[in-house]
Amino acid sequence: MSDENLFELKAVAKRFKKGKETISIFDDLNMTIKRGDFLAIMGPSGSGKTTLLNLLGGVDQPTGGEISFDGARIDGLSEGELAKWRANNIGFIFQFYNLMPMLNAAKNVELPLLLTSLSSKQRQQRVDTALQLVGLADRAKHMPSEMSGGQLQRVAIARAVVSDPKLLLCDEPTGDLDRQTADEILEMLQLLNREFGKTIIMVTHDPAAARYASHTLHLDKGQFVDKEDDDVLQEKSA
Amino acid sequence: MSLLAQSSAVIGMNIKSLPRRLWMSLAMVLASAVVVAVLLAFLAMAKGFEATLQSAGQEDVAFFIRTGSAAELNSSVMKEQVDLLREAPGIASNENGKLVSPELYVIVDGTKKSSGTDANIPLRGMEPQGLALRHNFKLVQGRLFTPGTDELIVGEGVLRQFEGFELGNEVRFGKNRWTVVGVFSTGGNVFESELWADAKVIQTLYNRGSSYQSVRAKLTADAKLEDIQAYIKNEPRLNQEVQTEANYFAVQGEGLSYMAIFGRVISAVMALGALAGALNTMYTSVSDRAKEIATLRAIGFSNLSAFIGTMAEALVLALLGGFLGALAAFLLFDGLSTSTLSGSFTQVVFSFEMSGQLVMQGIWLALIIGFISGFFPAWRATSVPVAVAFQSRG
Repeated sequence: MSDENLFELKAVAKRFKKGKETISIFDDLNMTIKRGDFLAIMGPSGSGKTTLLNLLGGVDQPTGGEISFDGARIDGLSEGELAKWRANNIGFIFQFYNLMPMLNAAKNVELPLLLTSLSSKQRQQRVDTALQLVGLADRAKHMPSEMSGGQLQRVAIARAVVSDPKLLLCDEPTGDLDRQTADEILEMLQLLNREFGKTIIMVTHDPAAARYASHTLHLDKGQFVDKEDDDVLQEKSA
Repeated sequence: MSLLAQSSAVIGMNIKSLPRRLWMSLAMVLASAVVVAVLLAFLAMAKGFEATLQSAGQEDVAFFIRTGSAAELNSSVMKEQVDLLREAPGIASNENGKLVSPELYVIVDGTKKSSGTDANIPLRGMEPQGLALRHNFKLVQGRLFTPGTDELIVGEGVLRQFEGFELGNEVRFGKNRWTVVGVFSTGGNVFESELWADAKVIQTLYNRGSSYQSVRAKLTADAKLEDIQAYIKNEPRLNQEVQTEANYFAVQGEGLSYMAIFGRVISAVMALGALAGALNTMYTSVSDRAKEIATLRAIGFSNLSAFIGTMAEALVLALLGGFLGALAAFLLFDGLSTSTLSGSFTQVVFSFEMSGQLVMQGIWLALIIGFISGFFPAWRATSVPVAVAFQSRG
């Protein structure tokens, strides 16, 4: 595996049992994702976008094949090992923000830092920095119920980056926002990618959102149907 | 460190989210409270009854009744036998002679203030030495009865629970009239449920000839029951058995240990009902927080911390109920005076007695309810794969 590759998927399969029937989402999926990439994954509903994101985020396991992250296999890790791996490497950004409604913005952003050995003061500094980065330093004490959709997503972004993960996984990050707010969020993701070197994988239905990515892959029925350029290596199954 | 921080955060979030499930949470708290209150009420009643009987019995007082008699009521001791028992080894004396009290025990009627119904009250006939054998006897109103007269003194429990026994009142039992000349206390024990009068008068009014029903005798410090038993065995005119007064009342109390057993059975049945409600509350809680739990797990929080968070919520709610139930039981029942039928078919007046030990039993019951109702929902919350849990996302 090349040093510039962050992810490498080899012959990945994902099947579900539904009654006596086995449903195959992926049969032989192969792809690599480079460090510092901003990749958009598009496709119709049921194409496997979310399943792929779950596999990449270590919240689901493949039924076959290999997934390597930063040169190390993550398929086959135990639940506990995967939780640690996610805490150390991944920042999640969800369509509906998934903030804790009973915590204020700062406390929400602090959550990933509770998994580290940082002191309370160090955590506070990191939270302040992350909230400044997303332009919400003055909203630290605000509860989610007191914030707009765009602000909520910015808090979610601050939570995703506060522990300085290598990879941001975004599941329809602008799906709940108006165009103008969506553009602001996407510009922020672009900034995180360009200025801070974060590798970003974004699942979206929105072609306008995908345009902010450096590459777009199209999934259909568990297969990539288009190869946008050579920087992203993806091979259709035979 | 990390698990502690994670668990604390999850517990804090769960507690803060309780207002979202206010009514269901309150129902769980209330169910636990009711179960604990009922358990404690029964236990306090049993404890109060037991204490009332046991505190009456002294280790250094020998108690004689006819062999085979379970209680004073169906025993008899003839005057000649009393005289023989006075000569038993190890009997203490004072300035008035041997500290021996032959006593009669008859049943009279009284009307309960609480229900207006008639109930049995023991009327004890005793001689002056009998008072010396009641270590905590205290005359709280009036004076002692005069030997040879139809005067009686009334225990505080009788005064409290029955009508018409106030100082100076005249009371009728069948054809016999008595005047209440005093009220006594014996520290809340079973003797306070009695009326005391002169033994000779009772023998006459109740056609008992010269017989008695029991004999109490103060023992010297070095007295041995075995020596007294041997004395009785070697004296063919005696057909009494001897035991300490403490032992006699302990055995009498065993007959009503059903109160505690009944209380535990009732509480167990109610606890099952409360458990069903509590499980429903906790499953709803987990379902309500499914997205939050899944998000935390995706971020990297361990399953264990999510498990601990749900368990803590269940335990906190159940414990809250437990403390509420204990407080309610304490306020409603502690010191509450009531009476019930004793082994001698007479009313024993006693007070519910709450103690720290009983409260702990209630708290343990609440914890068991909390543990079981938290365990299964917590297990479900953390055993569902994160990807599946996210399917509940909005």
